[in-house]
Amino acid sequence: MSIFKQGLAALAAGAFSIALAQPAAAEPVKFDFWFGLSGDLARVVDTLCKNFNASQADYEVVCTSQGNYDATLQNTIAAFRAGKQPAVVQVYDVGTATMMLSGAYKPADKLMEENGYKIDYADYFPGIARYYATSKGEMLSFPFNSSTPLMYWNKDAFAKIGKTEAPKTWEDVATDLKALKDAGYECPMAINISANESWQLMEQFSALHNQPIATKNNGYDGLDARLEVNKTKFVQYVTDLKKWYDAGLIKIKSKDLGQDMVQSFATGTCQVILTSVGDHGTVGRTQKEGMNWDVAELPVYAGTERKNSLVGGASLWVLSGKSDAEYKGAAAFLNFIHDPKTALFWSTNTGYIPVTKSGFDYLKSQGFYDKAPYKGREVAIASLTASEPTEITRGIRLGNFTQIRAEFGTQMQAIFANKVSVQEGLDTLVKNGDAILERFQQTYPGKTLP
Amino acid sequence: MEKRVTFSRWTIGILFAVPQLLLIFTFFYWPAGQAVYWSLTLQQPWGGGNIWVGLDNFRSILSNADYWNSISASLIFAGISTGLAMFIALVLAALTDRQLAGSRLYRVVLIWPYGIAAPALALAFRFILAPEAGFMAVVNQVWPGFWDPGLDGADAMASIIVAFSWKYVGYNFIFFLAAFQAIPRSLIEAAAMDGSGVIRRFWDIQFPLITPTIFFLLVINITESFQDSFGIVDIMTSGGPANATNLMVYKIYSDGFKGLDYSGAAAQSIILMMLIIVLTIFQFRFIERRVHYR
Repeated sequence: MSIFKQGLAALAAGAFSIALAQPAAAEPVKFDFWFGLSGDLARVVDTLCKNFNASQADYEVVCTSQGNYDATLQNTIAAFRAGKQPAVVQVYDVGTATMMLSGAYKPADKLMEENGYKIDYADYFPGIARYYATSKGEMLSFPFNSSTPLMYWNKDAFAKIGKTEAPKTWEDVATDLKALKDAGYECPMAINISANESWQLMEQFSALHNQPIATKNNGYDGLDARLEVNKTKFVQYVTDLKKWYDAGLIKIKSKDLGQDMVQSFATGTCQVILTSVGDHGTVGRTQKEGMNWDVAELPVYAGTERKNSLVGGASLWVLSGKSDAEYKGAAAFLNFIHDPKTALFWSTNTGYIPVTKSGFDYLKSQGFYDKAPYKGREVAIASLTASEPTEITRGIRLGNFTQIRAEFGTQMQAIFANKVSVQEGLDTLVKNGDAILERFQQTYPGKTLP
Repeated sequence: MEKRVTFSRWTIGILFAVPQLLLIFTFFYWPAGQAVYWSLTLQQPWGGGNIWVGLDNFRSILSNADYWNSISASLIFAGISTGLAMFIALVLAALTDRQLAGSRLYRVVLIWPYGIAAPALALAFRFILAPEAGFMAVVNQVWPGFWDPGLDGADAMASIIVAFSWKYVGYNFIFFLAAFQAIPRSLIEAAAMDGSGVIRRFWDIQFPLITPTIFFLLVINITESFQDSFGIVDIMTSGGPANATNLMVYKIYSDGFKGLDYSGAAAQSIILMMLIIVLTIFQFRFIERRVHYR
């Protein structure tokens, strides 16, 4: 309870200090920060900004939500072309390649160095740092909100089939789902197959099994990378998912159909889902009274040496073309975000995980993970740090990846509607995805990823 | 002697036209010209530069099966939703015009749907047509698996057509009702005295007299179904399942803004513009012949 109170106190303090703010002797330097979160999360970011403004008198960050990640990137590009860009902007994970080639940013590590901040880059969890770093390991942007997917499972339902542990392999999952079905559960497991689920179904699955998404180490080594998910273990996975769907072990749940995946789990309708640790809070708040559930790492196929999962979320980029004074403010802001105390505030009020070891240790020392509702979220850290990142599990560095995700959704829908076979669908995904990658490469002739 | 107002010098005429010309230039010709330029280049999204590629963008779009699929989906959508929206509006307007009981109320109520923004009504229809929770859930109870817009492309197409038609029934209704009320009462009354029934009067007198309105609405509805469908598709289906509802205007948005492929999106808008121009010319050339202006 104390952490919750602390969070509330911080919220109140933030609001209070703004109410009492007097015009300072010297006007603070103002700079803009655009972000892509909305609703509850946007309110937490606003409080974070107020806390930053209250923590010092030299700078004032003006935080503006742009609604969602796509809109944030679109609006920032429009603003940049008009010379009215914000100093700091939140860009989602898959926008990283686009940002790196934009020539529109100021490297975050240089910015911190120029302004006299010492950041211990080794302190970041390697799985998180490598996703946003260049191939040489320089951090061009700072990880902000970070998550990774987990398997949510209903303990009550599993108790009915005599299980007290979450399945660790997909073979066990298949047996358990069958048992759940036989025990009378209508919806043993829920998935969705839109563009968004590319993240947990394709990207994370491939990382855990050390399977590439694309050649050239998932694009880290060149813009001429091309997809190859039609000849990895992923084919087997989609085949199995389809088989379980046909057998009624898996149901498709999406908002368009009435109930999304997370709701279907929280209400007890479906017994297993794969979703972000960021939904941990939502499930806790909206769950059916008295339902027992827990989270576990995503399963792997038997005999697989488990690798680290990938980070999802967004990082903070500092854009070029701003004044030195604004850069000083931006650096102070990034330093504030980096602070373990901010990590505690952030993780308490959202479902996101700390991005540094010191932040994680600080949360542990405060007893954050000891009891509900935060208990279980440490599994996300375990999943992210399951192994030292390999060349393939560093992340995905592909241009216009948003479009490739959309293509994933399209082909999965075609496969599940029996329009094409699994192999045909994945072949088309690779073919269309490659056209997107080729186009991206043509748009940036002669350029290479940093 | 007829008195004619003329301008002594043509420059005055031009001067009067300038504000309008400037507006049209700024908001139509200039952006359209820019789109043509972009469609012939490869634009870096952040403005770092561009390369002249000639007609490559058009070539790659037109050789893409998904794009042809998008064109046929748009044509199907335009055809069915225009037909549905105009037919229902015509029947409703004809009935309202007959001054049946409550027609004053209908006159007001039936206009409302057009006042609702596309995304808002799409959200409403998403709830109504949700297979597990909405009205269609009842139908699915009776015939399991009957309605599944999540995986069945035809069902998804039907839902966006219903939503779009619902909105445009309101719009068409206003025009049809106004057209019916502009028909002199004496004509109808004369026909009635000659012994013709309601249906007969409709086909022989009212229908021919409102053909200009029908033609106008046909052009507007088809044009709008290509453009105004965006909000509905975005909220209800996001172009899915498996591209079944990926209409041309939505594909432009997702390729351009989500995929940051500005050049490809520009080329697609040029094609869409051409298609609408051709369709409109076709309508004026072949359908307008049957229109009787008074």
